[in-house]
Amino acid sequence: MPAVQETIDRVRAIDLDQYKYGFETTIEMEKSEKGISEDVIRFISGKKNEPAWLLEWRLDAYKRWQTMKEPEWARVSYDRVDYDDIYYYAAPKRQGPESLDEIDPEILKTYEKLGIPLREVEVLEGIAPERRVAVDAVFDSVSVATTFKKELEKAGVIFMPISEAVREHPELVKKYLGSVVPVTDNFFATLNSAVFSDGSFVYIPPGVRCPMELSTYFRINERDTGQFERTLIIADKGSYVSYLEGCTAPKRDDNQLHAAVVELVALEDAEIKYSTVQNWYPGDNDGKGGIYNFVTKRGDCRGARSKISWTQVETGSAITWKYPSCILRGDDSRGEFYSIAVSNGMQQVDSGTKMIHLGKNTTSRIISKGISAGRSQNTYRGLVSAHRKAKGARNFTNCDSLLIGDQCGAHTVPYIESKNASAVFEHEATTSKISEDQKFYCQQRGLSEEEATALIVNGFVRDVLQQLPMEFAVEAQKLISISLEGSVG
Amino acid sequence: MADIANLRTAAETGLSSLFEAGRKSFATEEAIGREEAFKFFEATGLPSRRVEAFKYTDLRAAMTEAAPPAEAPSDEAARAAVAGAKGFAGIEAARLTFVNGHLVPALSDLDGLPEGVRVTPLNAALAQSDARLKLLAPVEQARANPIYQLNTAFLADGALISVAAGAKPERPLHLRFVGAGTDGFSTATRVLVELAEGAEFTLLESHEGPDGVTYQPNDALDVRVGNGAAFRHARLNREGRGAIALSTISVRLDDDARLETVNVVTGAVLSRHQIYMHVAGEGTSAVVNGAAMLGAGQLADSTLLADHAAVGGVGREMFKTVIDGDATGVFQGKIIVRQAAQQTDGKMKSDCLLLTDEGQMMNKPELEIFADDVACGHGATCGAPDEDLLFYLMARGLPRATAESLLVQAFLGEAVEAVTHEGARAALIGEIEAWLEARG
Repeated sequence: MPAVQETIDRVRAIDLDQYKYGFETTIEMEKSEKGISEDVIRFISGKKNEPAWLLEWRLDAYKRWQTMKEPEWARVSYDRVDYDDIYYYAAPKRQGPESLDEIDPEILKTYEKLGIPLREVEVLEGIAPERRVAVDAVFDSVSVATTFKKELEKAGVIFMPISEAVREHPELVKKYLGSVVPVTDNFFATLNSAVFSDGSFVYIPPGVRCPMELSTYFRINERDTGQFERTLIIADKGSYVSYLEGCTAPKRDDNQLHAAVVELVALEDAEIKYSTVQNWYPGDNDGKGGIYNFVTKRGDCRGARSKISWTQVETGSAITWKYPSCILRGDDSRGEFYSIAVSNGMQQVDSGTKMIHLGKNTTSRIISKGISAGRSQNTYRGLVSAHRKAKGARNFTNCDSLLIGDQCGAHTVPYIESKNASAVFEHEATTSKISEDQKFYCQQRGLSEEEATALIVNGFVRDVLQQLPMEFAVEAQKLISISLEGSVG
Repeated sequence: MADIANLRTAAETGLSSLFEAGRKSFATEEAIGREEAFKFFEATGLPSRRVEAFKYTDLRAAMTEAAPPAEAPSDEAARAAVAGAKGFAGIEAARLTFVNGHLVPALSDLDGLPEGVRVTPLNAALAQSDARLKLLAPVEQARANPIYQLNTAFLADGALISVAAGAKPERPLHLRFVGAGTDGFSTATRVLVELAEGAEFTLLESHEGPDGVTYQPNDALDVRVGNGAAFRHARLNREGRGAIALSTISVRLDDDARLETVNVVTGAVLSRHQIYMHVAGEGTSAVVNGAAMLGAGQLADSTLLADHAAVGGVGREMFKTVIDGDATGVFQGKIIVRQAAQQTDGKMKSDCLLLTDEGQMMNKPELEIFADDVACGHGATCGAPDEDLLFYLMARGLPRATAESLLVQAFLGEAVEAVTHEGARAALIGEIEAWLEARG
């Protein structure tokens, strides 16, 4: 059954031509030399006053990167990036503001326009407190502001740009950096290890429930630059944190590279919830411009009973190559992956997850919804594996696709590897129509066919959307009513 | 970085010298494109796990040496070899017997074929440049497969089978492949089947050979199912435990064609069965099933490509694997629905029962969809026999082993039930029972 009109309109509403965040901020920037070399890496490291061990780490990564080949297995085709023709570091000239008042007003305006609150909202007595979110704002290669730092400090939570954490908490950074995504993990992660500029660092001490949502807002602004942020989140024993990430970029005719690495570590009984609304500039309708989003995200459930949950709403980027994964090392640990990926125009998405069951009684759940429209290609690629010792591992996977129009493609490439008899894996994927029975039931009650379809589907999509924190509700609103009528049943 | 793929293994070098040596005796190069096929193979080499399609079945590592092509046996030797052959033995059918990959006319019912069925030995067809040879390699993707190309390069014998328009013989044709020998050998056979409009035809295939001998059978079946025709096919792999058994089916379906193919595997140390289905006509229906029962040291790979290029094709693919000991099961399935193939209804399913903790199952069920009005799904499950079901049966007084056998039988039976031919279905169920009994 083809998509209903309502869905088609909704997808059009988040269409490429209507990309709202495509404006550019003119600001004086300081950049590294174009291209990549040991000197550029030394320059970046120097800019950040990094200790010698980190510079060595970067140089080592660079050496390894030079021997690696860009991966070609993903179902995407694009003009290769000329790694010598981009800037690896770009930062606003006015550096190191002590307070918000010292931040370049242009940057403040940028974030205002994007709707990101950099000023801490005062909570007035007698007024129902708004939910508050601490924000780390990353502008090209540097973090420009981090809010609510003081209040978080009171709870013992460390939330700061990673460049600052390297100086202030070197023991933590040294212990965990690269422990989930090793330097040699893959082409893009290795490149990131060599040239990463900024990103967020979060440490939640034992037993602490982080008092507010933490979030990082990434903005690419400067032309011809790549953004290489690095995020490291450690949830110590029995702690909890919910972390949100948002991304936008200006409209441009050329492609820009975003190669981030995100590492999550959950120790015993800890829980990390990581949500992304990815809205990088997707290019125009003819596929001109847009961000290459080549990201390595991985969580390590290191302790027993720990839990990591990834939720992503993907609407942006020209090319997406992204597989947020969980290594379920601790016994009884749990991994979750909820994803909605909408592709339009000439976008190409190759995304999915890996659930690697190593510990006993580990469980994982994968819910993925792909919607392709225009001339886009949308691929789910996922791995579920159970190690010999992963007794009692359980996985449930459901990935559904919907096509709108006859020029696009939807693909599913799951790998399910079981090396343990007591592991139970179930995988299902559909590109099919809604259950006739359900529809009939609703129509009996006086709904038109389209209304019935929309109703059933909306109930169904909630699976994913209810995992999103409130803060993303607004952005997700546009998607919430997108019917996946092709995928129920 | 050193390009490891360029280092040739002993088996690859061996294959090259065997091809050189055989060149003189190979007949009728032009009709089959032997040289081209071998050139293709030499360029790709034996596929290793670095090749995505062979990720779980590393032929490069498994095939340590190239076995020489088997000679045609004497009638006497052939008779001795066939004496103990069990596959589909009790079924009333016309038989073509192949010993070590060579057709043995003395043991074949070339004169007593089912009505409307014409069989030409492949060598004769090649010598006469039979027009039906155009049927070779009906599916494009199969031509990019190294196993299929290896078959073409070393092709020694086979048969060309035509079923006349409207012919619906009840009696099936049974292709009996038997291997015999004490030293390693290889075979390469190709059977071409053409069903003219409205024909209905059942083809049975059994493959067996000696235990403890490392031999390498490679067989291919090229089929074209004409408009409104129905092709039913059951295949039994009970090769010896030392065999590396490679097989490919490539089948093209025309308008309203129907296909039923069921492959049952109990034999070989390593087997790979590849199915390439090309839906070229509208309104087709296809049932593609597989059942594998594997014990210690075995690996069985089922690889399926269902390419829907026309409107309204219905596909039902079901693969069942039962794993005992440290065996490995592999299923790689891919449904492609091209833009023109609206209203395609495809369901693909791979289920696995792991009876031990040492076994492993690798599943890769893919969908690749370019049409917006389709109903396609795939499912994959893997786990131990359900404890609740076992408990239920045991509560009724059955010992655990019997209860487990019953569950396994029901589990595999689902895939085998699709076989329309009653005798063949019973024979395949018999294979399941025998396997369970041998397991104890």
